[in-house]
Amino acid sequence: MADFTLRVNGATRKVSSVAPDTPLLYVLRNDLELNGPKFGCGLAQCGACTVLIDGRSARSCTVPVSTAAKGSITTLEGLGTIDKLHPLQRAFIEEQACQCGYCSNGMIMAAKALLDSNKSPTNQQIRQALNGHLCRCASHNRIVRAVQRAAKEMA
Amino acid sequence: MKPSLSRRDFLKTGSALVISFSLAPELAFGQAKPAPLPGSLNNNRMLNAWLRIDADGSVTIFSGKIELGQGIGTALTQVAADELDVDLKRIKIVHGDTALTPNEGQTAGSQSVENSGTALRFACAEARDILLNAAAAKLGVAANVLSVNDGVCTAPDGKTAAYWDLVADADFKREAQAKIKPKAASEHRWVGKSIARRDIPNKMTGGAAYVQDVRLPGMVFGRVVRPPSPGARLVSFDEAAVGSMPGVIAVVRNGSFLGVATEREEQAIRAREALKKSARWKESASLPPSGDALFEHLMTKAKSEDSVVNRRTSATAPSAARTLNAVYTRPYQCHGSIGPSCAVAQWSGGKLTVWTHSQGVYPLRGELAKAFAMEPSNIRCIHAEGAGCYGHNGADDVALDAALVARMTGGRPVKLQWMRDDEFQWEPYGSAMAMKLSGGLDAQGNVVNWRHELWSYPHSTRPGASKGVNLLAGRHLEKPLDPGSPPYIPQPAGGADRNAIPLYDFPNQEVVKHYLQGAPLRTSALRTLGGYANVFALESFIDEMALAAGADPVEFRLRHMKDPRARAVIEVTAQRAGWQANAKGDGVRGRGIAFSQYKNLACYCAVVAEVEVDRTSGKVRVTRAVSAVDAGQIVNPDGVVNQIEGGIIQSASWTLMEAVRYDRTRVTTRSWADYPIIHFNDVPQVEVVLLNRPEERFLGVGEGSQGPAAAAIANAIAHATGRRLRALPFTPERVKQALA
Repeated sequence: MADFTLRVNGATRKVSSVAPDTPLLYVLRNDLELNGPKFGCGLAQCGACTVLIDGRSARSCTVPVSTAAKGSITTLEGLGTIDKLHPLQRAFIEEQACQCGYCSNGMIMAAKALLDSNKSPTNQQIRQALNGHLCRCASHNRIVRAVQRAAKEMA
Repeated sequence: MKPSLSRRDFLKTGSALVISFSLAPELAFGQAKPAPLPGSLNNNRMLNAWLRIDADGSVTIFSGKIELGQGIGTALTQVAADELDVDLKRIKIVHGDTALTPNEGQTAGSQSVENSGTALRFACAEARDILLNAAAAKLGVAANVLSVNDGVCTAPDGKTAAYWDLVADADFKREAQAKIKPKAASEHRWVGKSIARRDIPNKMTGGAAYVQDVRLPGMVFGRVVRPPSPGARLVSFDEAAVGSMPGVIAVVRNGSFLGVATEREEQAIRAREALKKSARWKESASLPPSGDALFEHLMTKAKSEDSVVNRRTSATAPSAARTLNAVYTRPYQCHGSIGPSCAVAQWSGGKLTVWTHSQGVYPLRGELAKAFAMEPSNIRCIHAEGAGCYGHNGADDVALDAALVARMTGGRPVKLQWMRDDEFQWEPYGSAMAMKLSGGLDAQGNVVNWRHELWSYPHSTRPGASKGVNLLAGRHLEKPLDPGSPPYIPQPAGGADRNAIPLYDFPNQEVVKHYLQGAPLRTSALRTLGGYANVFALESFIDEMALAAGADPVEFRLRHMKDPRARAVIEVTAQRAGWQANAKGDGVRGRGIAFSQYKNLACYCAVVAEVEVDRTSGKVRVTRAVSAVDAGQIVNPDGVVNQIEGGIIQSASWTLMEAVRYDRTRVTTRSWADYPIIHFNDVPQVEVVLLNRPEERFLGVGEGSQGPAAAAIANAIAHATGRRLRALPFTPERVKQALA
């Protein structure tokens, strides 16, 4: 058990008495009470738990908290709020780009990482960037449209 | 099959059996029934069960139907706002809480707008009438001279009375009469518009939106350790070693049910791993053969109850000049929710509260009451969303798991989520099925006879459907709970035989169901029940018949179809897809069409799929899909498009990729690596055309495109390559084999 100081969404957050190999996901969800990252598979196969660590998309279900503590973590909550939406969040709402919304966290976070490195991705580049993220309701085409919409707004 | 009757004898009596099943018990016993009311009002007859208006200006509607990501909360609000003449934003909706909402059974079968929407429509129309009369009395005018805007009634002289000022005069604690005619479509302000869903902004910003986000004071975390196989029994495990692990509060064993509660979630996962390692089980080979041998087993060896579910004969139809036969198969398939099932349970003073993503809070409460031998009134089930479920997954089962573990935590609430392998190995699957089709063409190439024979395990073993307790842990307890017999789902909706009866005009037709008993792998409702496989078979076979008759598939369907609404969706879909009659596939690219009316009574849907077949790898890509839908009056057009579009893509995934893997003892599908589903790179473009019929009643759409999409893909592959695939899924191996 150890204590960790995390940088999450621009703030410093302390968590205490946590095993160093605890996946970051459980610290974010349970200690910090963040709802954005979701438990989907625990095996880095589905993408529902995605966060950004130092700007890169990471599967928080398999990143130990001790590793994550070395970087700067961004979750869905760090992009924007209901009153001050990030363009990606606004675009997902405008395009009604979900059914259940359980995968949306991962989609938005992966799209954020993509748009940070490629301001105007093609349809194919978006699909490729999200290809490792599973959506079971099959909102894929809406999600691609939402990312394109956000890219336009951010351009 | 019953040993005293030969199959032939039994089939002869089949039709009569079905009729006796379709009689409601009340009629059978001659009891008087109250006058029927529309939709779910019939079973929840008090107006105040459906809506409440408070003096603070708030309007609350109550629905027993719950949000599954299908947008029902938004659609029902649109219906209520129009009938009440209030702003959409003023309305709050409460769904699925046994302490607060009407009992509408399960949110299933694409029936929420039909049942709950219809009930709210009539309840709100009647409430508005009561309010207008109260306003008229207060203002000293006739009710029919009042105008209403966002709940404020205005008399010709300008005096006003708002609904919320009339609360004392407007009594909703009365039985609905449903005598007030709801508004005509032309008067609707909200219904028919693509109103943005009310649940989405919260979900896109990390708001607490799911049962996984429920956090209670003192809450601890639970996990279960399931047996390694369906037939396994727990022999021993090292309780002391696990009990001393960090954070462990309770290790719960009851027969072969094993669970753990810990202070932190990751501790529960580690304790689960330790329990798995130390547990010794006695396993037995209880599973059927897999692969092609499964279907031989289903068709010839599995015990079945057989019935003719539909028969039509013609004395005047010409005899068949040519007869075709084909067998189609569908494997066991998963719901595959992205979020594993989860529940929060808390015991307090002998009462149990469960937060659950069950599709039916009342049926779940009933099962929990039976499981714990309690009065249902001492249990409250509160719905909180889960990940999309697409039918009966582990949502109800995990509620019992959480409640069993929470009995041992001294009143502290337990949040228990399944791990991914729990979900894949223990969710009730969509049943494997075999469909044997035969049909005769006369000399002119018209269908003169048609036979559809199907083999299937049950498709609905939901809570509340039997006299037993069909919650998974119940079978593992020291004193096991009998899951009971699954219900018989009569036509026209049907269960295993859903959509097996052709809507086409065939002079002779017969549909025979072999309902397999004693499901060795647990099965239950997966989106469409038997509809997906039956439509896949029926609509594949009609293309095979068209080919034999030398006819174009669109023309051939229209030739045999009288229903104008069915014809319209076929024609519009073909036209929008740019269908060219009698065009030839080029060996790689092809297109196919298919049609169904879901349950033969909900929405009409046709799909054209275009495919590309990689002849070297055997991989099939669906490149484009076009679909026209007639859902009667449409409440929220974008909501309908979302359902149809999602259904087509999900069906493409089922059709091309999905099958549960198992050996004779264990299910070997444990992760997404064992059960791949469609990825972004393979998702087709989808175009949906809505044929709105504002004067027609609502028709459910949630499951409308699943079956037609599968058959359209099969037909497109046949069109492209000249080879007919009849065994789902169309994996690269199967395609290569067919092309060889």
